[in-house]
Amino acid sequence: MRVLVAVKRVVDYNVKVRVKADGTGVDLANVKMSMNPFDEIACEEAVRLKEAGVATEVVAVSCGVTACQETLRSAMALGADRGILVESEAELQPLAVAKLLQAVVNKEAPQLVLLGKQAIDDDSNQVGQMLASLMGWPQATFASKVVIAGDKASVTREIDGGLETLELKLPAVVTSDLRLNEPRYAALPSIMKAKKKPLAVIKPSDLGVDVSPRLSTLKVAEPPKRSAGVRVPDVKQLVDKLRNEAKVLP
Amino acid sequence: MTVLVIAEHDGALLKSATLNTISAAAKLGGDIHVLVAGAGCGAAAAAAAQVAGVAKVLLADAAHYQDQGAENLAALVLAQAGAYTHLLLPATSFGKNIAPRVAAKLDVAQISDIVSVEAADTFVRPIYAGNALATVKSSDGVKVITVRSTAFEAAGQGGSAPVEAIAAGPDLGLSRLVGRELTKSARPELAAAKIVVSGGRGMGSAENYSKFLDPIADKLNAALGASRAAVDAGYAPNDYQVGQTGKIVAPQLYLAIGISGAIQHLAGMKDAKVIVAINKDPDAPIFQVADYGLIGDLFQLVPQLTAELG
Repeated sequence: MRVLVAVKRVVDYNVKVRVKADGTGVDLANVKMSMNPFDEIACEEAVRLKEAGVATEVVAVSCGVTACQETLRSAMALGADRGILVESEAELQPLAVAKLLQAVVNKEAPQLVLLGKQAIDDDSNQVGQMLASLMGWPQATFASKVVIAGDKASVTREIDGGLETLELKLPAVVTSDLRLNEPRYAALPSIMKAKKKPLAVIKPSDLGVDVSPRLSTLKVAEPPKRSAGVRVPDVKQLVDKLRNEAKVLP
Repeated sequence: MTVLVIAEHDGALLKSATLNTISAAAKLGGDIHVLVAGAGCGAAAAAAAQVAGVAKVLLADAAHYQDQGAENLAALVLAQAGAYTHLLLPATSFGKNIAPRVAAKLDVAQISDIVSVEAADTFVRPIYAGNALATVKSSDGVKVITVRSTAFEAAGQGGSAPVEAIAAGPDLGLSRLVGRELTKSARPELAAAKIVVSGGRGMGSAENYSKFLDPIADKLNAALGASRAAVDAGYAPNDYQVGQTGKIVAPQLYLAIGISGAIQHLAGMKDAKVIVAINKDPDAPIFQVADYGLIGDLFQLVPQLTAELG
């Protein structure tokens, strides 16, 4: 079976972003970009399914600017077989991405689509669920374990109270949580090999998808800053301050 | 303008995040209806009817809503959506699972994790792990919204809304619950607790995590939390994780013990009223946000603190 993995190019998770002085957004000039960490986990899972003989082909898809080709090359260095870039200079909101992925899924006919549960830039946590809904497929979000057996997927999910296991009919959408796996480091030979793998570039208009944004951002602001407080020398003074200064203890 | 809040509940009681979501709905103005879907969940519907500000409760009672699966619940919400201008869900693993399915089928954008209502079409939501706050305006006819519970007070009691039974949708049969392993705890719910005691990598082991943190959490009647590092290392269960993609907490008092303070962790707790950090590394970033910092060996300091709390 074919597995599709969606990967997003985002600001690297180690970067602390700065809000632009004019309040129009965050400053992305000369900021390190990487694959969204949750998507990397999704990609690793897909590759492991191929290594286990469950998947026959892993196709990585990214939606966004030309530079997303780098993200697709990273996915191929992890082991994806080929890449598809839906290239657009326009801002792509989650609904637009879900529609683009729907069009790609209709062409590629995967049995399983793996995505990260959330992108660490807009923190929306929407695309996987939206794609599943548009396709009329079942979903398992926040996955920490995926087992494929026949035409079913058994997925353990991280939920607010603990864990739950769902059995889904394939085809299905699964979104990865942090503890699904630990992605491998791509070795140099894999990175070299990835450069030769096929990468197709298409446009939203080729897929007949309208990607116009539905939300307009009026303003981006810094959150209220928390400043460092005081160091206390010992436990006695700490408790005294919590009781008498902060008044958060009786 | 009429708002539908999709209730998260356990069949008998509403989850606290539902009460925060009702408060967010109240900021929109207009009538508030609450949808309670489940199996044998009449008690939860009765509880929703008593929440202040609720005008009507819709009750969908059917066996295939028992497990709260996203596919069946989203279809049920869609069937009701036509009568509403806003659909609100808590930004919990329950709400996040369902809301985008509804939004996609309605062909509208979802506004995730709002922390403020500026107008009926304009909302503030954190982006980049809370390092920026975006004010966004929706041009869609129906607004599908998830609500960050810590940003809104819990709605109070005093309502007496009618409960109206509605027809259940079909069982789509796409997914089946095999089982749940829920963390059993007599402690307060992490996302709503007044005091949170959180342990990080510095705890060193699962044994130490419980040996040192259970007694102080008991004394303070606190919820227990953890950093990602502590959860990844197996010191604490996954649902204890506080951070950008884990639980968001805003207690009166947050005790960060052996937590260095990665930005992803800070994203989950920096709205706490008072933060205390105990760490042996004086350069740990957690001290940059802590109101009170105590530098030293947590294995000595935590028992001392527990004793001092008497």
